[in-house]
Amino acid sequence: MMELEVKSLKKVDVIAVSGRIDSSNAADFDNAMKDLLSQGRRHIVLDLSKLDYMSSAGLRAMVAALKSARHGGGNVVIAEPNERMVDTLKLVGFQTLFTQYPHVLDAVDSF
Amino acid sequence: MSSTQSTHSDELLTVPARFDQLRRVTEFVSRQAERAGFAPLERNRIELAVDEACSNIIQHAYADQAGGLIRVRVQTEARSRIVITLVDTGKPFDPGDVPQHDPKANLDDMKIGGLGLYLMRQTMDDVRFEFNVRGRWPREPKRFNRLTMIKDI
Repeated sequence: MMELEVKSLKKVDVIAVSGRIDSSNAADFDNAMKDLLSQGRRHIVLDLSKLDYMSSAGLRAMVAALKSARHGGGNVVIAEPNERMVDTLKLVGFQTLFTQYPHVLDAVDSF
Repeated sequence: MSSTQSTHSDELLTVPARFDQLRRVTEFVSRQAERAGFAPLERNRIELAVDEACSNIIQHAYADQAGGLIRVRVQTEARSRIVITLVDTGKPFDPGDVPQHDPKANLDDMKIGGLGLYLMRQTMDDVRFEFNVRGRWPREPKRFNRLTMIKDI
């Protein structure tokens, strides 16, 4: 089960995901980021405060979005990941790829 | 230690090879891991390995066929180790053909494939694939693939 909510601010979009992202639902997460990027919205904050779990299916979507955002001069950053998510990012070597912020507001302000 | 309390467990679960069954399998495995004494962060790692392994079976081994099954066996020794065995009767593959994930690659050079296999090997102490195993019919399928993953506490 995964829930996804997009909040569009002036310059930045915050995608809040809750629950679990795995192969059964990663396409929804992928599409939410692709939709924004295709509209030229390139400053994305992933609010992970309510995310319990993410498998490689979600990680692949994050990397694809990061590539696309950076090519357009933007970025994808992470806010409030839990301990398990931080561990997962470290396991695949993504901890330096995605800037992490302890609070969503800090992440929004980084743009 | 009480002599009546077993320190070993051996549990089986068979599920249809579908993504909507992933949670059922990871929950099943995680429960055994918790009983064996694995800490929450380690259980998350075990769930990742099992999730990635099942996702590969669903997506690749059973790519061309519907109705496939995944047989899951979880053997634990309390405060010691967990052994997870996944059996499928789908298409075998060569793990050597899967692109290698390079965690140190630049973003532009980062390949999308190989992440699942990489995670399995990072999270478990031993990951062993066997393909086209001849089964003892009728107790086992005539031919099957077996993945064994072991983690010590």
